[in-house]
Amino acid sequence: MDSEGSRNIAGVTEPEPIIGPGHTFETVTDKISSIVLRGGTTPGWVFGFLIAFSLLMLLNLVVTLLMIKGVGIWGIRVPTAWGFAIVNFVWWIGIGHAGTLISAILLLLHQKWRTSINRFAEAMTIFAVMCAGMFPLLHMGRPWLFFYLMPYPNPMWMWPQFRSPLVWDVFAVSTYFTVSLLFWFVGLIPDLATLRDRAKSKAAKIIYGMLSMGWRGSAVHWSRYETASLLLAGLATPLVVSVHTVVSFDFTIGIIPGWHTTIFPPYFVAGAIYSGFAMVLTLAIPIRKYYHLEDLVTMRHLETMAKVMLATGLIVAYGYAIEAFMAYYSGDANERYMMWNRIHGPYRGLYFMLIACNIVIPQSLWSRRVRRSIPMLFFVSLVVNTGMWLERFVIVVISLSRDFIPSSWAVYLPTKWDWATYLGTFGLFFTLFYLFIRFLPMISIVEVRSLVHETSEEKPHS
Amino acid sequence: MSQIFHRSTNLVSRVSIYGAVLIIGALGYALYAIAMSPWYTDQNVKRQQPVPFSHRHHAGELGIDCRYCHTSVEKSSFAGVPPTQTCMTCHSQIWTNSSMLEPVRASYRDDTSLPWVRVNALPDFVYFDHSIHVSKGVGCTTCHGQVAEMALTERAGTLYMSWCLNCHRQPEKFVRDKSEVFNPYYESPSAAKQLELGRKLVKEYKIQSYQHCSTCHR
Repeated sequence: MDSEGSRNIAGVTEPEPIIGPGHTFETVTDKISSIVLRGGTTPGWVFGFLIAFSLLMLLNLVVTLLMIKGVGIWGIRVPTAWGFAIVNFVWWIGIGHAGTLISAILLLLHQKWRTSINRFAEAMTIFAVMCAGMFPLLHMGRPWLFFYLMPYPNPMWMWPQFRSPLVWDVFAVSTYFTVSLLFWFVGLIPDLATLRDRAKSKAAKIIYGMLSMGWRGSAVHWSRYETASLLLAGLATPLVVSVHTVVSFDFTIGIIPGWHTTIFPPYFVAGAIYSGFAMVLTLAIPIRKYYHLEDLVTMRHLETMAKVMLATGLIVAYGYAIEAFMAYYSGDANERYMMWNRIHGPYRGLYFMLIACNIVIPQSLWSRRVRRSIPMLFFVSLVVNTGMWLERFVIVVISLSRDFIPSSWAVYLPTKWDWATYLGTFGLFFTLFYLFIRFLPMISIVEVRSLVHETSEEKPHS
Repeated sequence: MSQIFHRSTNLVSRVSIYGAVLIIGALGYALYAIAMSPWYTDQNVKRQQPVPFSHRHHAGELGIDCRYCHTSVEKSSFAGVPPTQTCMTCHSQIWTNSSMLEPVRASYRDDTSLPWVRVNALPDFVYFDHSIHVSKGVGCTTCHGQVAEMALTERAGTLYMSWCLNCHRQPEKFVRDKSEVFNPYYESPSAAKQLELGRKLVKEYKIQSYQHCSTCHR
């Protein structure tokens, strides 16, 4: 991967630096910590936060209404019992995967370019998993009985139905959330100590002091920190693959046409990383501009992420092709009808939009000019986010709305409350994200410092 | 640079880490203890009735058969709460002037029901049938406890699903000979012998240990 983003000048390959030139330990620490400590609450931040917070209040409203009236306020009607709630669940949880991939797998593979983006990608993971986790709970109808999903000693003498993939989901998602949160927090500790030491106000000193858990930066601390990070990375690595595999089992274990296929686990994982990187780009591009972080989150980062998107997008395209081929090759009338229905049925417009968003438009990333153009990259990232949402809609709704018995077919339409719930989770996500960029260092100071150290050591050799 | 925290913070933070584990464990245990307590389940809590009817006196000391009052227990899902007429079969002749029995006589005179307080009531989402249990060798006292020793009647079990499943999962530990079903003083043999007898009876009575959700939640 080191040759990634390299420039070929007169036949000699010279790696493009990961971060901008002229950075020392002091400038890196100052630049990142000053956003939190001295940047203050800017009007732009307040404006964005207020929009996010009002959407969060919309979520509050919908959830309250849902508790009072039940899931009937959503458009879910038999045969489409899984509507927006499951579409959004899969979409949000998929988005989280990029954060884990960046922080865990790329750490183990010693990909240095990850250091500038891993912190907010991990934060994105945690907030996305929170949004995702809400949907199955709300979809249960009686969310206050969510603890029935957990195996705990109870007076009913009942375990959850371990044969059901929905129970596997509970374990997959809760493990994912716990490990991601721990990983994120452990990574934050030295940076929180930096903030504690640089903070001027008493309250900030105390809060960052408590959060940094007595970090003094001794050699023992660093050694344990490295061990803990590696262990957590090792724990998180299988989760990148396992979580979305289990999510895909929610479908594949069912016998509905279009769900019962073996391609789902790999193609779901690829799709998750695809949408996750798209979301990282969607977030990174405005943030680096607004906070002037162009020399930390460089063009090389954006270009590498675009390449990951292109690669995973091709895997997803392969998945779509195999899906269509298998429907034909199986000779099964229901499977064939499912595919025909995608192309000709009431939701055909969405299917063609999906192909355009996920397969056709991202092919522009083959061009170096597109990869290096910020507006184009931002546009493609939004397109991919939309496309991946459409993919889940196509899978969930088209298959369910027309299954084996034509007499039970019905067209599913979301209600305004479906849209409000979906928008509301954006409120939750962005409220948390705004708080995160305001109160925590959004780029890992420690890791970028070590990058500065290594690049300055490398210089005499090159 | 001055210290932000006092030295004692080291101790506080260590204690709070281990303390959190202990507190969460203790909270979990407390919730479980509350859920299993008579305060929550009404198990072994005596109910006040319009007339202080004593099963100890009637079923125990006098030896009246359960079915004399609970007539439908062998034929119906519901064992039946006796009408006032059943009381009056005896009490029109004995204790006719007892002030304690005035509500019974009033009920008979006015043709109104006595408002007995239900002691064992299953929720509406549970289907339960007395007749099948009684005819497969499940004794009254297996579920209702030592009724013949209760002055005021109380609930003997928690009525939790675990309480039902305890028998449904291992009927051989509880089943008795059909002739002993209505014996209020039945004592089950020692554990080993009960198991031997139970296995024989399970086979003989063709007891199927149904545990599907839809057995009770129809």
